[in-house]
Amino acid sequence: MNRSRISRRDVLVGSSALVTGAAFSTRVMSAAPPASPVTPALIDAAKKEGKVVWYTSIDLKLSEQIGKAFEAKHPGITCKVERTGAERLLQRIGQEYTANVHAVDVVNSSDASHLVYWKDQGLLEPYVPEDVAKFYPAEHKDADGTYASFRVFLCIIAYNTNLVKKEEAPKSFADLLDPKWKGKIVKAHPGYSGTIMTATYQTARDIGWDYYEKLAQQNILQVQSAADPPKKIALGERAIQADGVEYLILQEKESGQPVEPVYATEGSPLIIGPNGLFKAAPNPNAARLFQSFSFSPECQQLCIDIGGLRSVHPQTKEHAGRTPLSQIKLMKDDAAAVLKNGEQIKARYVKIFRV
Amino acid sequence: MATVASTAPVERRRFGFDVSRPVLAAFAVILFALIAMPLSWLIYYAFTTKAGAFTLDNFHRLVSDAAYIDPLLTTFALATLSAIICCVVAAPMGWLVARTDMPLRRTVRLLVTASFVTPPFLGAIAWELLAAPNSGLLNQLYRELTGAPQGAHLMNIYSFSGLVFVISCYTFPYVFVLVANALDRTPGDLEDASAILGGKTWDTARRITIPLALPAVLAGALVAFLQAMTLFGSPAILAMPAGFHTMTTKIWSLFQFPPQPELAAAASLPLLLLTIILLRAEHMVLGRRGYSVVGAKNSEPRIVRLGVWRWVMLGLAMFVLMFPVFLPYFALLNASFSRVASHLVWFNNFTLQNVHFVFYELSATQLALRNTFILGVLAATAGTVLAMVIAYVYVRQAVKGYRVLGFLATAPVAIPGIVLGVGLFFTYTRPPFVLYGTLWILLIAFVTLNMPAAYQQLQSAFKAVHPELEDASRILGASRLRALWQITAPLLRTSVIATWCFIFVGVIRELSAAVMLFTSETKVLSVLIYDLNESGDLAAIAVLGLLMLILTFGIVALANTLKFGGARRLSAIPS
Repeated sequence: MNRSRISRRDVLVGSSALVTGAAFSTRVMSAAPPASPVTPALIDAAKKEGKVVWYTSIDLKLSEQIGKAFEAKHPGITCKVERTGAERLLQRIGQEYTANVHAVDVVNSSDASHLVYWKDQGLLEPYVPEDVAKFYPAEHKDADGTYASFRVFLCIIAYNTNLVKKEEAPKSFADLLDPKWKGKIVKAHPGYSGTIMTATYQTARDIGWDYYEKLAQQNILQVQSAADPPKKIALGERAIQADGVEYLILQEKESGQPVEPVYATEGSPLIIGPNGLFKAAPNPNAARLFQSFSFSPECQQLCIDIGGLRSVHPQTKEHAGRTPLSQIKLMKDDAAAVLKNGEQIKARYVKIFRV
Repeated sequence: MATVASTAPVERRRFGFDVSRPVLAAFAVILFALIAMPLSWLIYYAFTTKAGAFTLDNFHRLVSDAAYIDPLLTTFALATLSAIICCVVAAPMGWLVARTDMPLRRTVRLLVTASFVTPPFLGAIAWELLAAPNSGLLNQLYRELTGAPQGAHLMNIYSFSGLVFVISCYTFPYVFVLVANALDRTPGDLEDASAILGGKTWDTARRITIPLALPAVLAGALVAFLQAMTLFGSPAILAMPAGFHTMTTKIWSLFQFPPQPELAAAASLPLLLLTIILLRAEHMVLGRRGYSVVGAKNSEPRIVRLGVWRWVMLGLAMFVLMFPVFLPYFALLNASFSRVASHLVWFNNFTLQNVHFVFYELSATQLALRNTFILGVLAATAGTVLAMVIAYVYVRQAVKGYRVLGFLATAPVAIPGIVLGVGLFFTYTRPPFVLYGTLWILLIAFVTLNMPAAYQQLQSAFKAVHPELEDASRILGASRLRALWQITAPLLRTSVIATWCFIFVGVIRELSAAVMLFTSETKVLSVLIYDLNESGDLAAIAVLGLLMLILTFGIVALANTLKFGGARRLSAIPS
């Protein structure tokens, strides 16, 4: 365990306090275009296009709900949600762009390094919604205005309260290696999920690959999406998730399912999921409108309230009954490092877990 | 007849001016393009470096890395075991429906058809609902009944044996159909002779019936082996959670980021080679069966009277059918209307939320349904026309290279879906033909994959239609195509409709090629379900799965209705 690594914390306006990645924004000089308000002209142009295609790795139900909220706000524009794992999105967009297929308007990835990658490839369009310009902290927006932190959440341990007593529940990653959990753990895959990719990097960095080598001996159930372990433990298929998205655990717990989050003593990996707009977007105006909507306090609060996500928009309120981020020990995110080491991490993971 | 004989040569001389030739040539080119292009690219990629130089390095990496050898061995063991199980279960069942007085034989056949058309990946997901070690309905029931402790389970579907079981569930119909058909066609004369000569029931069975059915069983075993080996959906759903790969999932994983297409191509070739070898073997085995059907077409198969045992046998058959049909369908139905997929529906947790979600919230549903429907109609139509023309040319030996055409139409049978998917991906993501991202690439895949079965079906249908009617039409001045259109096609109505429906159902079921070729705009139902499985959205899958089954059975029922209607009409025409 490495307790010396304490994340930098920013206390934001209001009750929300959030941790941010120092590496997320490295440039001091801003080349971002000026803030773009939502004008009637933009709305009209977007309505003419009639649709926006959003590639995202947010859990299906929530992403469709966000799409529906956009449709309700701007009748006449449909939001087509294309949901799959973030690493799958990276591959899919890569394949599509190689074949000159430009289907995606706005992308949201739970692997923040993807946005850096697409930006480096020159694929992203600089566009700064008013809310981002006015309210978003500098660490949560690209200096060149191509993306900003749409959602923030954690990748956590959790357990089924019918199958595990509170006293016996694991409190740390190290606890998961106890032989008594053999055959009782479910975990997701970094080759599919951006959340797990990011979390694997942070965990391996902070507590070492050794942890994964030992975890692989625990007969884990290997699923793909980070949205799956919460569902598997709610079903009672496994007692514990070694990793998985926090927001679904919160959703399930609040809807009466027998699940309980665990914020590991070593720290919980912090996941940032930015939204970005593609230059070759087939519906450029609807894309801008959607981008502006997604960072509005309205949409951000929706993500918090029904989604269980966290937000860096200072006008949003944390949900009562949830542990505030400021009270959770976090691992530090580092998109640049994930970008650099991503392939090695996947390869090493596959070697250890064999799939 | 004399006039016919004297006119025919004239007709043949006129053939040179017939438009048939260019049309037929065009079809040959199409077939060649469908099959040869993707395979050439596949081989090219397997043997070249990224820079385009020749190399054996890809193969070297495959054979020297346990990450590739293990899946190969696993696949081999998996396919062998599945083939054995299929034969042990399906051969007796085939005999029961073909040669005994077991009650409800037609129903049993229908239920086997149901498991035949159930997409294997859907079956695999349904079995997750039933036999996931902790949340599976059957394991819950087991703990309930035996009082076994938390964590104890009857079966674990996320395991090698679980995968073998599920694959067998949806592969045994191949053996069943082959055996039942062979026994249907085998005349009872030989068995009668044996009985007359004093042979006891068992002697007759051992010396006559079993040897007669054996080639069909062996052929069935090979087909089952092939199916199990090339399946993608079931292993992807069950093997990966259990922590192992099969060849197909490995090939697919090589396409994940960062993609390694050269390795995927190299890994595809052994699968292709093995398939070709097995098909040759099957051909040799089935070729020998010829003697059993010589002559005596009219004698009825001898029915074995089972006495009271017939009810026991029916019970056994129904027990077997529980696994591919009753239980999985029940699990899907249950999950569709339950708040929690692993809870039995009762008054307190009945919900229409899942149905509402799929139809009103899930934005991919409509698109996937529409694409599946468009592709089904187009692939079925194009495939039937293509198969019809080639079957005609082959049976009537209408052009010189007819054998080549016949071979090309059968060749895709040796191409596993995932391998074709890889090949098509190489072919159509680069100029001059950039079809990736359109429905065309999927259409090509589906037509190619369904061509062999469609061709076989129509070829045997053409064989059964006497050429005299066609000749008569042509004597009266009709061109070859017109004769085909006005005379032969109506006579073949039944088979044509059956083939059309067969391809349509094939399109609905297809996952392994589609999963390599789809984009967000060209998603089909099977891919959508696969996508949902990866994020564990079981309730939505259950609803979509039921929808898929309803669509499939609708088409099958349509085929049956039209078939019987058509058959009655056909029988009115003397031949």
